[in-house]
Amino acid sequence: MSFLELRNVMKRYGSLDAVRDFTLSVKRGEFVSLLGPSGCGKTTTLQMIAGFVEVTAGTIQLDGRDITRAKPNSRGLGIVFQSYALFPHMTVADNVSFGLEMRRVPKAERAARVEEALALVHLDKYAGRYPRELSGGQRQRVALARAIVIRPPVLLLDEPLSNLDAKLREAMQFELRDIQRKVGTTTVMVTHDQAEAFSISDRVVVMEAGRITQIDQPYRIYEHPETEFISRFVGKTNLLPGTVTASADGGATVSLAGIPVPVHGDGLGGGEAVVLCIRPEKLRLTAPGQGRVPGQVSDRFFLGSQWLYHVDGPLGTLMAVSPNDGEPPLEPGAPVGVDWSPRVVRLLRGGLPASAPTLEELE
Amino acid sequence: MSAVAASPAPDPPAAPRPRAVPHLLAGPATLLFAALVLTPLILTALLSLNEFEYATGRAHGFTLAHYAAVLGDPYYLEIFLRTFRVAALATGICVVIGVPEAYVLSRMRRPWRSVFLLVVLAPLLVSVVVRAFGWSMLLGPEGPVNDVLAVLGFGKKRMLYSEGTVVVALVHVMLPFMIIPVWTSLQKLDPAVEQAALSFGASRATAVLRVVAPQILPGILSGSLIVFGLSASAFAIPGLLGGRRLKMVATIVYDQYLSDLNWPLGAAVAVILLAANLIVMLTYHRVVEGHYRKRMG
Repeated sequence: MSFLELRNVMKRYGSLDAVRDFTLSVKRGEFVSLLGPSGCGKTTTLQMIAGFVEVTAGTIQLDGRDITRAKPNSRGLGIVFQSYALFPHMTVADNVSFGLEMRRVPKAERAARVEEALALVHLDKYAGRYPRELSGGQRQRVALARAIVIRPPVLLLDEPLSNLDAKLREAMQFELRDIQRKVGTTTVMVTHDQAEAFSISDRVVVMEAGRITQIDQPYRIYEHPETEFISRFVGKTNLLPGTVTASADGGATVSLAGIPVPVHGDGLGGGEAVVLCIRPEKLRLTAPGQGRVPGQVSDRFFLGSQWLYHVDGPLGTLMAVSPNDGEPPLEPGAPVGVDWSPRVVRLLRGGLPASAPTLEELE
Repeated sequence: MSAVAASPAPDPPAAPRPRAVPHLLAGPATLLFAALVLTPLILTALLSLNEFEYATGRAHGFTLAHYAAVLGDPYYLEIFLRTFRVAALATGICVVIGVPEAYVLSRMRRPWRSVFLLVVLAPLLVSVVVRAFGWSMLLGPEGPVNDVLAVLGFGKKRMLYSEGTVVVALVHVMLPFMIIPVWTSLQKLDPAVEQAALSFGASRATAVLRVVAPQILPGILSGSLIVFGLSASAFAIPGLLGGRRLKMVATIVYDQYLSDLNWPLGAAVAVILLAANLIVMLTYHRVVEGHYRKRMG
């Protein structure tokens, strides 16, 4: 049963389609993220749900009620803005209380609910402070408390963590998910940070140039990207263009620069151009002479828990990630073998688009 | 002063800056201010303390008689009260018209905003005297406003040379001085803050009153200080539209200097106007700014 439903929503600015054919249904209590690069239309979509941007075509339904043309102040949604948009001339408690006041909640109940909301975000001791006296993370939590205190049917988060430093951002991700679970509010979040989207969402909507390209659970999007764009945008990946040379039931052989590679996949015709997509952490570096292709370490990067290697070989430069298991890492120039299991190879139909960036451009 | 202190040499950043440098840099502005503002003010203040003889017109000696004459005379008191009443009214009306106008202006889309900003500023390009004559033609006994009133059966009204007319003309002249500072502080506002208020169920009016207005208070404050100060010391508008009957402080000063040739008395009135203006404005500033500072820091 879908709770928030967008059907063929479109937004046109002049001759530019900022959002096209946006169809999404969100279940009650679900946490959905809109993920995409800047300018992909994710914020415009959120603003249409909020009512700040007019919908050109399509409908938005909330719990069976058509809100496509409803005024923002009649939708009753809780919104956390990217800039937090706290009222600077009001104390934290007054900020949180504002929405309840507008709903004419009696004073005694208001005070109790404000206290409860502030306790939820661990800011109960800061009720009397002004926003300027708070740190970025605290302001963020005030914005969150202000949005959930009104018990909105849907919580909208516009890049809620992008103004925080890395450490705090990670902590807030888990806290945000925790709070959302506790209050059980249906949530739509906009973000350009895939780690953020993956770690806290039930489902992720990947957008590109105003369109949805894939809607799925974070794990499935990472493991089974449907397009070459997603595989590049979501995490790092090795993209290897090749040609199908032989196909059998449930599998095929693809020739990559003359090297035959077995893959899983149905209905592949001989001679078809495909792109193989292998995540760097799924490549194993073996002793020289073993593995599927030979190579030579050209560069290495220390990522703390992992080592990222660039390996030159007949397939070009491959990215491979090995866990930092405490052993000394491979030296640049060291010969290695590169191996992988056919199970981890994802296959994208159709060749690489002409605009596909090279490995160098992706970094 | 040592040569080292005088030269703003590119010292390493750790070295303390010679203390004289800031003073030297402020020097030219200080000189200009002293020559063009302080000197005339001091001369006027000194002049107001001089004795005056009608027969010779000479001013010399020392007396406080002029201050006593002004402060003890209900005639002058009435003029001072009228001046501040008119200035306060003009300021109030400018706030009521100018603040919403600035808000509307800030919400306009791109080409229109510049067009209407120009419309708002356009009156500044025309001399105050010309605009005052414009009003006197418009509101005069044979003017179009009276023609309309006559047609509608109200009969002719005498509008010129009244406080109301002076206030209306002052508002017309002063409005840009209210709109510009308010508009500037609106520009600095995060538009999401107003959206936030709307999203929590506030009506547009509530959002503006409870969320936008408190944040543009400094703009309204500086706008009203400018308008009040200029209105209280306005000369051309009261002179041309208030006529000989409706005197204001600035016209009284003019009369004392040029009709009665009693310069010391005119100077005394001018000094009192300055002092009174300062007291009113500083009080207002303290009250509003204090209120704002308490919340916004």
